[in-house]
Amino acid sequence: MGRTLAEKVWDDHVVRRADGEPDLLFIDLHLVHEVTSPQAFDGLRAAGRPVHRTDLTLATEDHNVPTMDILKPIADPISRAQVDALRNNCAEFGVPIFSLGNAEQGIVHVVGPQLGLTQPGMTVVCGDSHTSTHGAFGALAFGIGTSEVEHVLATQTLPLKPFKTMAITVNGALPADVTAKDLILTIIAKIGTGGGQGYVLEYRGDAIKALSMEARMTICNMSIEAGARAGMIAPDETTFEYIKGREHAPKGADWDAAVEYWSTLPSDADARYDAEVIIDATTLSPFVTWGTNPGQGVPLASVVPSPDDFDNESEKAAAAKALEYMGLTAGTPIKDIKVDTVFLGSCTNGRIEDLRAAAAIIKGHKIADGLRMMIVPGSVKVRLAAMSEGLDQIFIDAGAEWREAGCSMCLGMNPDKLVPGERSASTSNRNFEGRQGPGGRTHLVSPQVAAATALRGTLSSPADLEEKVG
Amino acid sequence: MDKFTVHTGNAAPLRASNVDTDQIIPAEYLKRITRHGFEDGLFAAWRKDPSFILNQPTYTNATVLIAGPDFGTGSSREHAVWALMDYGFKVVISSRFADIFRGNSGKQGLLTAVVDQDVVEKLWALVEANPETQVTVDLEKSQITAGDVTAKFEVDSYVRWRLLEGLDDIGLTMRHVDQIAEFEAKRPTFKPVTTA
Ligand code: SF4
Repeated sequence: MGRTLAEKVWDDHVVRRADGEPDLLFIDLHLVHEVTSPQAFDGLRAAGRPVHRTDLTLATEDHNVPTMDILKPIADPISRAQVDALRNNCAEFGVPIFSLGNAEQGIVHVVGPQLGLTQPGMTVVCGDSHTSTHGAFGALAFGIGTSEVEHVLATQTLPLKPFKTMAITVNGALPADVTAKDLILTIIAKIGTGGGQGYVLEYRGDAIKALSMEARMTICNMSIEAGARAGMIAPDETTFEYIKGREHAPKGADWDAAVEYWSTLPSDADARYDAEVIIDATTLSPFVTWGTNPGQGVPLASVVPSPDDFDNESEKAAAAKALEYMGLTAGTPIKDIKVDTVFLGSCTNGRIEDLRAAAAIIKGHKIADGLRMMIVPGSVKVRLAAMSEGLDQIFIDAGAEWREAGCSMCLGMNPDKLVPGERSASTSNRNFEGRQGPGGRTHLVSPQVAAATALRGTLSSPADLEEKVG
Repeated sequence: MDKFTVHTGNAAPLRASNVDTDQIIPAEYLKRITRHGFEDGLFAAWRKDPSFILNQPTYTNATVLIAGPDFGTGSSREHAVWALMDYGFKVVISSRFADIFRGNSGKQGLLTAVVDQDVVEKLWALVEANPETQVTVDLEKSQITAGDVTAKFEVDSYVRWRLLEGLDDIGLTMRHVDQIAEFEAKRPTFKPVTTA
């Protein structure tokens, strides 16, 4: 019987297999950041163990870093201690690191692909659940906890039980105004925040094949929000094109050998999945969340749902609680929801294509009165690329804030936070209570919806702009 | 890691589903670089509410948490497990756990016992009617007993063995360094390295 993409990558990394035990898998790339690593390095030190493969390990600073005045010492002493701990640990153990101020610094999941370090058929881990992003390249990439970080640092392997596989087949073509973000939000609303649990999701079908690498990363990034540890997309010409010529891409004969291997990875025609979900791309429209988990989403053109719209008691209760937290009334048109802050950034939508898409909508217009818009590139490279195209000026002219690279307002860990009751339209991936700051209210949106919302002041799609700004 | 065989203690009923790790421990507590002392961050936002279950004197010394389905979703932060353990919890019972959370728990020695939702409902009713109810979780028998409730629970067999033996994962893997070296010797040359 044929094998799926996930099974092929798995099989190629088994170091040891024994009855009744998890497989011991080799890890090709281990990405490290300041939040989930200090206790792992502590563990190594306590046990007198070195980092086994510093050459397969890479650290970057992202979660805690400010996105303004980055050359000053980090103001919050605890954030500073965490970043300092990472720097000291990397120096002591010989791990390469991109610190604040370095031209390669940025969000860990933006940095790996942009350097060409993320390649098809690899196993990639990081102490961060959005490691699933790297699956866009046909890598098996997943988040791990701090104990596992220590395990990988010490041995470059992980003991793991095989995952089940789920195909998410997206047939047809996405309508012109529908983005990868709308698609993944729709998928999560459909299968639920627990729907992917225990599975590796493989996104496939015509609509997926047509996506750029950056859009594929947006999709895979949010696999974890459907409960799946990993999401994957079969590598193809789009993938190879993206990798070719990047700093860590294979060169010369290695390139040919790599492409030959990568071309064997897509799932076999007779491969069997443990589950399949089929989606008709042509029926989709811009999609946003109204609640406090990423599965609580609706089409932008609809209304805030009522708890009565749900069949089971726990969903009804969750909806009522979410409406209260979000300060929303059932039946309100989504497009009437007024937002205070628009955040464009994160490892979901902080890449150059996202910035370009938003800039194209904003160009020549002003953001709504009293609204704050923050543009936070996912990496220094993205920031510089945007500046070389003049995107920064478009945002600044519109009245938006142009920031330095980092996780920023994706999570309330650095100075960029919502205040209690403040409402945001955010291109990030989590709308949990307090995620963007205690009491903050988050609507997850695409970069295009973020841009249109910034101009109109209420949740909007670019199509809604035609009457108003023109 | 300490061996886990049988645990008996008071239990707190947490009637909530989809308790994500941001609720178990908010991001602001993740900045610490030590491995202990996270008990103050446990359910920090909810604990500001005097009616929250752990603020009720009858449940403050609970060592077993009985939670709704989909416990531990969201961020991979292992701090969620540390916070639960630092607070004093030894066992969490739920009908469904998020994968990463369950994996993290197994590594630290926090037992995640999976039972049917109707067992959860019975346990909730029991400990709500009488907060002094002693809940016994027997890992050898994979069985929970409390009052008149007796139920089998599920736990991954490998994690169960490790918990019973008190073995740590890295030490186990280190037994296979030769096989790791063999694997490394055969890796294709086109695989990237992070060093220049
Ligand atoms: S941008 Fe957000 S989701 Fe991505 S790594 Fe940073 S905090 Fe995590």
